[in-house]
Amino acid sequence: MPLEPLFIFIRKKENTATDLSCVVTGILLAFCLPVTVPYWLVAAGAAFAVIVVKMLFGGRGKNFANPALAARAFLYAWPMLMTTFVSPLSGDRISIFSAQILRGGDFTEVIDSITTATPLKELKTGVMPAEGLFDIFMGNVGGCIGETCSAIIMLGGLYLLYRRVITWHIPVMYLGTVAFITLLFPLTGEIFDYEFMLAELFGGGLMLAAFFMATDYSTSPTTAKGKLIFGVGCGLLTVFFRYFGSYSEGVSYAVLLMNIFAFSLDKVTRPRRFGIGGKKYYDEKR
Amino acid sequence: MPFSFFGGIFPEYNKENTSASPVIEMAQPSEVALPLLQHTGAPCKPIVNVGDYVRVGEKIADSEEKLSAPVHASVSGVVTSIEPCPHPSGTKVQAVIIKNDFEDTSVPGCEEVTDDFENLSPEQIISIAREAGIVGMGGAGFPLAAKLTTAYEKKIDTIIINGSECEPYITADHRAMVEYPRKVVDGIRLIMHCLGGKTALLAIEENKPDAIATMKTTAEGTGIHIVSLKTKYPQGSEKHLIKTLTGREVPPGRLPMDIGCGVFNVDTCASLCRAVKKGQPLIKRIVTVSGSAVVTPKNLLVRIGARYKDVFEFCGDFYEDPYKIICGGPMMGLAQYSLETPVIKSTSALLAFCSDEESFEKESACIRCGRCVRSCPMRLMPNYINLYASAGDIDECVKLNVSDCIECGCCSYVCPAKLNLVQVMRMIKEKLKRKG
Repeated sequence: MPLEPLFIFIRKKENTATDLSCVVTGILLAFCLPVTVPYWLVAAGAAFAVIVVKMLFGGRGKNFANPALAARAFLYAWPMLMTTFVSPLSGDRISIFSAQILRGGDFTEVIDSITTATPLKELKTGVMPAEGLFDIFMGNVGGCIGETCSAIIMLGGLYLLYRRVITWHIPVMYLGTVAFITLLFPLTGEIFDYEFMLAELFGGGLMLAAFFMATDYSTSPTTAKGKLIFGVGCGLLTVFFRYFGSYSEGVSYAVLLMNIFAFSLDKVTRPRRFGIGGKKYYDEKR
Repeated sequence: MPFSFFGGIFPEYNKENTSASPVIEMAQPSEVALPLLQHTGAPCKPIVNVGDYVRVGEKIADSEEKLSAPVHASVSGVVTSIEPCPHPSGTKVQAVIIKNDFEDTSVPGCEEVTDDFENLSPEQIISIAREAGIVGMGGAGFPLAAKLTTAYEKKIDTIIINGSECEPYITADHRAMVEYPRKVVDGIRLIMHCLGGKTALLAIEENKPDAIATMKTTAEGTGIHIVSLKTKYPQGSEKHLIKTLTGREVPPGRLPMDIGCGVFNVDTCASLCRAVKKGQPLIKRIVTVSGSAVVTPKNLLVRIGARYKDVFEFCGDFYEDPYKIICGGPMMGLAQYSLETPVIKSTSALLAFCSDEESFEKESACIRCGRCVRSCPMRLMPNYINLYASAGDIDECVKLNVSDCIECGCCSYVCPAKLNLVQVMRMIKEKLKRKG
């Protein structure tokens, strides 16, 4: 977590635009990276997000996919770095990490840190994670920088809803779909295993994605109906990737895939024309 | 209220300036300019000559066309010229200029009183409305006689009276309902009588509780139902008022009468009452004069044809040179380019704003937030229309039903990128009109 301001600082240097939208991208990218990744990886991801995903496609509002998520997908070219998580508060190791970075050392060699699995990794095998549900909810587990503490993320999401920055459609449908499927078909084999469902909801990057990433204006539909379908699509794909994909996490690919459908969804969910269709209250022959 | 409509916005209403100030009759101007086109439809031809003496209420211009309304002299005096004059729409229109002699001599028979209108036939009421030059006073200025004729022929089943006045600042209809409830009610009864309707719905937004209370007591036992509506812009739009009250939607390119509804403005009703009961043609109307640049905002009873400069002078003139003058409300009104422009039959408000209220924010790129889609009461997608318009693809804009746009301005109001969405829509509609 303490590295976050540094990430932002690095990101800011990438783009001199004053609208701060690149800062949002930067923060979101930082949020979906493990705390142990080296700085050069962050810089590469940020450059990819802004230059390739955003600027090459026409700048703000015209990017085809969420820049932060696309960058994360791009950074999976270094899977070792991207999937090494340390367990939170596993000693006063931050300083050692920093020293290692300065010396250009490789993080995976830092033996002092305790690497850990994310709750999702354990869930994938059909066992409940060793941490309790409460720890998962409060973020006392391994994971990317900004995805672990569902409690705080939900507070942030509620704030966005309250300020009407986002609407309820995508988060509700997204979380609802995931909850529905994981409740009916849990990997533990036990139907209506609500503990499994809650762990799936709070354990990975789902909360962060549902409130802060899937709701990205540029890459989600603008109609209410489109948003509903978009949310359901994200949910279905997330569970699909989590159950059958090679990684334990599926959120980012689900959202990225649905991003591509944003325009098409707008087209098929165009609102009904005023005065055409709907209920008939009058004599047509009039 | 059985229904509501999709979209809409909640702007600041700023009606406090004038909502409690009684209507004052404005001093007669020394000269009036009466444009020959003050309504939707065909312009009139003058039937007086330069040098003629005209009296108050004398007809000075008429037309053979069905969709038209004659113009009457609003002061007595000599016709000094018939010349092009600035018009609120931004163009120049032929106007009869009358120099006021302040005698206020009226046409004989102008004071004739017909009290029992129960004996009047629908045709008689329509012809009185026509002769009195009454037009819809809510803004569009659709000739009342033409509307009544169509409504009569189509045998409408719902009479709706529009007292919602959803535009910010304007309080003209509000004051009319509070101060002349009798006239409004009698006007509505005339329309009901004319169209054979037993009931009428008078819709008032709930931000005018005094008007609702007054109308309720006055309309007791007349078959007029007062409906209090949620305050939401554009509630006063004809189509959306019908949608809210009846659930019906006016199909594109059709009239409200096609779905059995006739919508009339409250002030139009009061004017009809004056025409029938007192034989008085439409020569005065209530105008709200407000805005930050006006020293004493007022509701004025203005003689039609009075120029803006006289109206503003009567209201204590300006604090400073106004940055912008708007005829009508701030949402749909038209910016004016000359203080020589006269008040016409459909002028409900004159607003003048100081330069510190100017906000010229730069347009930035659309971020696809979809607020315009959510706010558009016609359920259009302004974001995509703007996208295709900027690419010059008008055919695609037509497919997105750009012609349905009622130009209410909700999309521009909510746009965080400050895009001129409604302006783009108007531009395309204008282009389409020229293409034919």
